[in-house]
Amino acid sequence: MTEVSVRNLWMEYGDQIVLERINFDVPAHSFVSLVGPSGCGKSTFLRLLLSQENATRGQICVDGEPLLPNPEPDRGVVFQKYSVFPHLTALENVLIGLEFERGGFSGRLHGRAKRNAQAEAMQYLEGVGLADAAQKYPSSLSGGMQQRLAIAQALIKKPRILLLDEPFGALDPGIRSEVHDLMLRLWWETKMTVFMVTHDLREAFYLGTRVIAFDRVRKREEELERYGATIAFDTPSDPAPFVTELATAEAAE
Amino acid sequence: MVPSRSGRLINRHPGPAAGRLLALVPFALLLVAYAIGSEIRLSENPNDKLLPSFTALSDAVERMAFEPDKRTGDYLLWVDTVASLSRLIGGVALATLLGTAIGISVGLIPYARRTMSAFIAVFAMIPPLAVLPILFITFGLGEVAKVVLIVFGIAPFMMRDLAMRVAELPSEQLVKAQTLGASTWHIAWRIVLPQMLPRIIDTVRLSLGSAWLFLIAAEAIAAQSGLGYRIFLLRRYLAMDVILPYVFWITLLAVVFDFVLRRYQTWAYPWFAAARAPG
Ligand SMILES: Nc1ncnc2c1ncn2[C@@H]1O[C@H](COP(=O)(O)OP(=O)(O)OP(=O)(O)O)[C@@H](O)[C@H]1O
Ligand SMILES: [Mg+2]
Repeated sequence: MTEVSVRNLWMEYGDQIVLERINFDVPAHSFVSLVGPSGCGKSTFLRLLLSQENATRGQICVDGEPLLPNPEPDRGVVFQKYSVFPHLTALENVLIGLEFERGGFSGRLHGRAKRNAQAEAMQYLEGVGLADAAQKYPSSLSGGMQQRLAIAQALIKKPRILLLDEPFGALDPGIRSEVHDLMLRLWWETKMTVFMVTHDLREAFYLGTRVIAFDRVRKREEELERYGATIAFDTPSDPAPFVTELATAEAAE
Repeated sequence: MVPSRSGRLINRHPGPAAGRLLALVPFALLLVAYAIGSEIRLSENPNDKLLPSFTALSDAVERMAFEPDKRTGDYLLWVDTVASLSRLIGGVALATLLGTAIGISVGLIPYARRTMSAFIAVFAMIPPLAVLPILFITFGLGEVAKVVLIVFGIAPFMMRDLAMRVAELPSEQLVKAQTLGASTWHIAWRIVLPQMLPRIIDTVRLSLGSAWLFLIAAEAIAAQSGLGYRIFLLRRYLAMDVILPYVFWITLLAVVFDFVLRRYQTWAYPWFAAARAPG
């Protein structure tokens, strides 16, 4: 259960102000959809949440503590592409998170420790429906399968926050709704907080418990550089019917 | 798309059999041209040395490869081949190790990049053959100087090439690895190095030509054996009947190396073909 609070966040690249005065709090176990026009700084905001870059001003706190200064396993990420390692099979891609943690200096496991970790990784692969593709390299997986693999890879570290940058943008509608339900189920089961950037408003409202839009308030040509995007729109969204089902099922147990 | 055999020239593709035949044509033409040239010269002057007949060539091969040398009792072609290949492989292996270690550090670690990249760039501009005398003075006329020349000649290129390949890895991968709990060392060892291995093979393939160049140059100047040494020794006697087969043999070795490396790359790194394709 993880709360995130963003306090007066500014981000500038040189002279260009990208984000300004970003303020919001999200309660634990939120699913936040981030929307906004191209180039308004959504990916930049995720990079700040990841500690991949540092904000020019302001602060992000997780459960009251400032963010750690480097990307760490407490925050998982799925990028739009290049999220999985091309030289590892699907199973190895999921396994590697455990190997970094338990494999010591070499970051490799052997013998029993390896078999145990493989069994664990297999569960995550099964969870995203990729058990059959365990021995395949990412290049022989479809786009949707690669994204599901990236999700399993991130989840095995049990992150408290999951960051998704247009994760489903390249998927066709059928697969997309499958992956949506998968995502909602995993979000519900793990109780993590999710931030998802998307260009698809339907997706944003369907998945999110909250939808935040970034946009520039001033749009005149000569002002573009000097004024960044800020929160233009912030609204709660009803959980998807699928989540209500999950919740009732959980309550019934 | 099925290759078409009609229409515009850029859209016409030979079938597989015709393709193989076409590939042989230039070689056959060269051979025929040589035979004719040799025939003409020899009919004018039977002692002509420039374009020896095929019998003379095969006699020379017989003498160099399958009969012991009268003075030393060695089979010269094999002695020369072993001497040259051990220098070449030693030099290329050393350069590859150096190139990999430094290339990955420079590509991955900003502090190493700022420290080393200007230095390597300048170092790579030094013409290796110009420092050959320095190497002979420093390391003597033995094997070390020749191996060092090869390293000197190709390692800077390998370092720069690999540093660029590392820098080309999507930054998403490095961030992702960190969110999976990887240390810098883990990233180098499990993410970067394994993805560089097939690229190192490409780099080695590109470097082999220069490595041969430096090897033969060093052997021409100071050696007691080696393919380059033999060619330059026999030049004094205009012994084209030996020089030509030696050149052919060196070329064959280079082609075989290239072929083996390429095959090994596709066999050992099945994921690489797709990773290399753009997009
Ligand atoms: N490293 C950088 N250096 C300079 N400017 C940058 C950098 N990264 C991003 N920007 C600028 O910041 C702005 C926001 O970029 P960002 O990638 O966050 O947009 P986005 O909202 O994710 O857009 P899209 O929807 O197209 O992905 C852009 O104008 C971009 O040019
Ligand atoms: Mg973006």
